[in-house]
Amino acid sequence: MKSEKLEQIAQKERQRQQQFQHRVFCCTSTACLSAGADVTVDALDRAMHSRQNDDGPAELVKTGCMGLCSRGPLVRVEAKAETPMLYGDVTADVAKQIVAQHLAGGDAAESTTPHDFPHYRAGRKKGLERYRVSLDHPFFTKQVKIVLSETGKIDPEKLEDYLAHGGYQALRHVLAKMTPEQVCDEILNSGLRGRGGAGFPTGFKWNLVRLENAEQKFAIVNGDEGDPGAYMDRTVMEDDPHRVLEGMIICAYAVGASRGYLYIRGEYPIAIQRINRAITKARRRGIIGKNILDTDFSFVPEVRIGAGAFVCGEETALIHSVEGQRGIPRIRPPYPSESGLWDAPTVINNVETMANVPSIINNGADWFAGIGSEKSKGTKVFALAGQLRNTGLIEVPMGITLREIVYEMGDGVPNGRTFKAAQTGGPSGGCIPAEHLDSPVDYENLTKLGSIMGSGGLVIIDDSTRMPDFARFFIDFCVDESCGKCLPCRVGTVQIRGKLDKMIAGKATQADLDSLERLCRTVQTTSLCGLGKSAPNPVLSTLTYFRHEYEQLLAADALGSNEK
Amino acid sequence: MTQSHAIAHPSGDERYTAVDRTMKRFRYEKDALLEVLNTAQETFGYLSQDLLIYIAEQLKLPLIRVYGVATFYHMFTFEPLGEHNAIVCTGTACHVKGADAIIERICTEMSIETGQTTEDGLFSLTTARCLGSCGLAPVTVLDGKVRGKETPDGMLRHVREIIARTKDVLPQPERAP
Repeated sequence: MKSEKLEQIAQKERQRQQQFQHRVFCCTSTACLSAGADVTVDALDRAMHSRQNDDGPAELVKTGCMGLCSRGPLVRVEAKAETPMLYGDVTADVAKQIVAQHLAGGDAAESTTPHDFPHYRAGRKKGLERYRVSLDHPFFTKQVKIVLSETGKIDPEKLEDYLAHGGYQALRHVLAKMTPEQVCDEILNSGLRGRGGAGFPTGFKWNLVRLENAEQKFAIVNGDEGDPGAYMDRTVMEDDPHRVLEGMIICAYAVGASRGYLYIRGEYPIAIQRINRAITKARRRGIIGKNILDTDFSFVPEVRIGAGAFVCGEETALIHSVEGQRGIPRIRPPYPSESGLWDAPTVINNVETMANVPSIINNGADWFAGIGSEKSKGTKVFALAGQLRNTGLIEVPMGITLREIVYEMGDGVPNGRTFKAAQTGGPSGGCIPAEHLDSPVDYENLTKLGSIMGSGGLVIIDDSTRMPDFARFFIDFCVDESCGKCLPCRVGTVQIRGKLDKMIAGKATQADLDSLERLCRTVQTTSLCGLGKSAPNPVLSTLTYFRHEYEQLLAADALGSNEK
Repeated sequence: MTQSHAIAHPSGDERYTAVDRTMKRFRYEKDALLEVLNTAQETFGYLSQDLLIYIAEQLKLPLIRVYGVATFYHMFTFEPLGEHNAIVCTGTACHVKGADAIIERICTEMSIETGQTTEDGLFSLTTARCLGSCGLAPVTVLDGKVRGKETPDGMLRHVREIIARTKDVLPQPERAP
């Protein structure tokens, strides 16, 4: 299919969308569905069909995540020449009111079953106003959307919708006007770094693979988002699958790969389904397969389903898993860029990294490099969760402070509790205490604070959580997930857990605390892969900032042991 | 070569055809083991020894290799689950928001441990590392339906409801008038 044909499809879809006076968007991502979005969609659909005073043609669009998951199900109403309205906690009853007020030109009747949440009572607002979420809130205004720019605005199942929003323009530009070398340079100049956590410069990695002389090369998208507390990659794959594909195809073109794999967690059935459908639709339009958009470039991606192993997020383990083996990491070098999948040069990038690529091509490297902090460019998507008033998915420029995220976007800690720490990076990360709330969030700073950027989980904990317990929770995770290949990780994590248990039981001495710290350092320095190297981070970072909590546990013990 | 694969499973169990289909799709390549195991787990609900032997023979792999891969990944189970299954997420956000209390409550009330099935085979409880709905923590899945902002009481009520519904359908022992 010719490149111009895609533009025609996009044009047609834009015209189709413009004929509607109202477009009603309902979030049907996993979070909103578990809050009852399926019922909301039904109610909206029925109400829109049985309108008495027709206010012009209207369309109901089932979209992906709108961000503010704690207020789901979310519904957004867009009317011509009016600012969009967002509603939260939309039950079937509220859905009917929304249609009545916006689409049927009438006043909404008072809800028969008002919500019993405190923020509704405190708001002292009447009728539909109570459910309105202000789009002027910092939660929305502080965000800069690149990866999530279409999420929540398009129907993820429709290729046409993605095209109408400028989709696949970057790919067309790359195939028509750029050499692979230029693409790699563009990405390198943008300063994009791997969003999987380690922060390796993406353009540099692509160049390494590009310069390899091999008949077969592979491009892999790492969608094995195993961090508990993180769901950015799932959201992007579910709600904007074509963006991931576009990034992947551009990457394959840049490095010279003709085959590729999207490795997705088995726990994400919707993501697997949506990516598979996106591949089928793109293939039908000649965006994937032989001679893409009538050029010499061919690329065939496939989905591989992960079966639940945290360690498979590590690139060499992931490669073993794609090969149908136990997901066990191996010593690097050789790096996958030299010898990866079936010993061929392989580029592996995280979902979010790939999703950044189309925007960089469209807007240029300088535009991207203008966002963010000095060494960390662009934005980062965080899954904001835990003890916070507003939780959900946010995309913020690198360099934003934790205080802005927690107190302005998140509206602080509820239930009269106080903020204790922000946990980033999942089981490989650490806890950042209140005194460091003003430090900017980027790769270097988080590492300096003893945590890591990780893939983007950001869990806020309040003063009801005891740190040794919290550290034990993560170590328990690492014990479970250690693949067992190298001794420091396999045995070390179990020993760390044992020491923590002894401490929590109040039976530890100062010598135990010292040896715990020593043990953590040993595991950190001698483990084979990232999992083991970072496994002690939760203990070490809480020891740094909350040592008194560990020592308190000792004090109780000292008395006990004296009595013996 | 393709001839030897054409033989259907001797038991005549229809579910094996789904596994066969996946193997065929990947042209019986050994590398597709994980895909085949995924299909098998999805179709049968668990991987029996018989099933693992069948897959090993079809893909011409040593059984130890198939068993080794199957036991490495968490999603593969080797025992059948109960009629109804609840998953409680134990990810960081859910942990912070009290997932443990939900698990404890269900375990005590149903007299099982996590990963076990009740004696009547009606209910089983498992945990997941993270279901990725952290904004609505604590999250549970009851018979495939995701439920957010769960409480121990609410969860128990729903579990009892679905079990009671099944019991209604099943033939009841006759009672004396």
